[in-house]
Amino acid sequence: MKNPAVALVIGILIGVGGLYFFLPYDPLARVERPAASTATAEDGERAVAGDTLRRVRQRGFIQCGVSQGLPGFSSPDERGRWSGIDADFCRALSGAIFGNPNQVRFRPLSAKDRFTALQSGEIDILSRNTTWTMSRDTQLGFNFVGVTYYDGQSFMVRKAAGIETTADLAGATICTETGTTTELNLADYFRGRRLSYRVLSFEKNDEAIVAYDRGRCDAYTTDASGLYAMRLKLADPDANAILSEIISKEPLGPAVRQGDPQWEDIARWTLNALLEAEELGITSENLDEMLESDNPRMKRLLGREGAYGSTVGLNNDWAANAIRAVGNYGEMFERNVGKNTPLGIARGQNALWTEGGLQYAAPVR
Amino acid sequence: MGMEDITGRPAPRSKRLTPLVWAQRNLFSSVSNTILTLVSAYLLWLTIPPVLDFTIFSAVWTGTTREACLAPGAGMCWPFIWANIDQFIYGRYPPEEIWRVNLTFALGAAVIIPMLIPGLPARRLNLVFLLIVYPLVAIVLLAGDRPGLRPVPTSEWGGLLVTLVVAVTGIVASLPLGVLLALGRRSNMPAIRMLCIIFIEFWRGVPLITVLFMASVMLPLFLPEGMNPDNLLRVLVGVALFSSAYMAEVIRGGLQAIPAGQYEAARALGLTYWQAMGQVVLPQALRHVIPGIVNTFIGLFKDTTLVLIVGIFDLLGQVRAQLSDPNWTLPQGALTGYIFAALVFWAFCFGMSRYSTFMERRLDTTRER
Repeated sequence: MKNPAVALVIGILIGVGGLYFFLPYDPLARVERPAASTATAEDGERAVAGDTLRRVRQRGFIQCGVSQGLPGFSSPDERGRWSGIDADFCRALSGAIFGNPNQVRFRPLSAKDRFTALQSGEIDILSRNTTWTMSRDTQLGFNFVGVTYYDGQSFMVRKAAGIETTADLAGATICTETGTTTELNLADYFRGRRLSYRVLSFEKNDEAIVAYDRGRCDAYTTDASGLYAMRLKLADPDANAILSEIISKEPLGPAVRQGDPQWEDIARWTLNALLEAEELGITSENLDEMLESDNPRMKRLLGREGAYGSTVGLNNDWAANAIRAVGNYGEMFERNVGKNTPLGIARGQNALWTEGGLQYAAPVR
Repeated sequence: MGMEDITGRPAPRSKRLTPLVWAQRNLFSSVSNTILTLVSAYLLWLTIPPVLDFTIFSAVWTGTTREACLAPGAGMCWPFIWANIDQFIYGRYPPEEIWRVNLTFALGAAVIIPMLIPGLPARRLNLVFLLIVYPLVAIVLLAGDRPGLRPVPTSEWGGLLVTLVVAVTGIVASLPLGVLLALGRRSNMPAIRMLCIIFIEFWRGVPLITVLFMASVMLPLFLPEGMNPDNLLRVLVGVALFSSAYMAEVIRGGLQAIPAGQYEAARALGLTYWQAMGQVVLPQALRHVIPGIVNTFIGLFKDTTLVLIVGIFDLLGQVRAQLSDPNWTLPQGALTGYIFAALVFWAFCFGMSRYSTFMERRLDTTRER
């Protein structure tokens, strides 16, 4: 070519054209599946029961929507492996369906994207610290399958300040984030009790916690699970306490699309199975012994009696496989947020009903 | 009038620049300069020692867990960086496939470095390879849609890999598109001129965040059913168009500086429009605006961090995600992560800036600036 400018322009055009043409080629093949599912999700009448399970089996993995990083619930570790209660729930689901915990792909979603992703079929299940509320359940076209973690708003205070209950917070300055329900709950609670308070709001929780650490406010408030995570960011975590009082209800749980009762049942009963296993004392370690047990409840749960798995299109050892994948609910809790983790959260409301908590599973029978 | 013999004289006294003399001349030459010097020194004293202390002297360099960084007064937590370095570079790319990313990086370096060194032979061949062969090879290697390679969806790409893919695509696409747009805007043909003006003013008038949102949220709604281009690709196209509008205006600035006589003379010699532009006008115009071009490149490189809002994890996004790992939650975690990200970005941007200075000097053989 005589003319370098022409050669350059042509070369670049071909290069850019090639980029545009070639890149979608492969990704397109993968996005086609969600596209197909969008069609079914929108077609109300045609959203057949069993559709999601069939597609998940065909694809070979579950698309699991998680957070972009919330300690103890879903966060990537050094090897990029997702850990946390929410991530583990998807592994349990993979265990129940495929017999091993690894057939899951995690899709990190922002608070804004999460509902669209579930509606459009990009993900099969949203396991992302999402509060179960009526409007989400009824208007957004989702069904929540249970509660994996009973959360609620609480306060972190300095131990030296001698604040024991929320009543002691009268006149206190409280740090929080702007534009969240946290701020609204705070107003509801304090006005309801005619307590005076001052709010110091920040755009990001990292700024709020720094302000609290520097003594600009007397208390920091957010959901209790978040308080434990934020406490790790303080210069001296042990000098700070989290009040046991909870001022709002935040039941966090996985959600699925409406219109596929079978898939919803699979998710709901996987959660129930993990809770039931804890109640019966079945752990990932003693599972093989328990398989031999004569206890009829265990036999039903573990698929030695009856054919409960087949009622939702799974094998009868579905629950045993889910437990093998992540352990029972208690194991999952302790591994991710429990006493021996950096978060160190006590079971509290999340203890089984037999231990004075709220976790209560419907029986498998 | 005769020449005086100076060999017998003593040497002239201290015209040599001792540090003291230098300081007196440059720092304390007048009262106002002395005040400025003292104030600056005080500001430096306030800022530099704490930064050095945090990043180097009280930083934690060794260890494998967060406990290593929990000592009171501990500074930057380097073990957090080392432990997560794979995440920062490759994101969620499957660990057993990382060699493909490395190979892509190595190939890219092997192509780009000879391009950057002036005077090496076969540059045209190299350019063709860089612009046509390399992108295709890189796409196949990274996405892996050919037999024998495991497909890796772009949703699993992350970290520095995504930052570089977005930045390099933006840079490589925006320069030629910018040249065409700039020429189009100065064209005599009204239709082309209007189209270019509309294009440039539209893309310059909207914020990049809006472009990214439109590309990832709105675009799928306009496209026919079943056509669902990859999220990263949509972002790449958006970034390329956005930066080409800026580039066009920078280059137009250079074109304005070339006297019309240059172009007229070239045409009078019998060159075609493209020859005149390519051989005479553009080489001069581009040389004038190297700082502006590199400015746009650097801005683009840093703007890549915005892709986080459409759910793509670039280097900064990946740093934030790793900060949420409870096994690495630290009081100084956020600061550590952001300083590390800043260092990486600075290294790339400073590299570009130095290279542009070098090119300016090299191309500018006639005038001293």
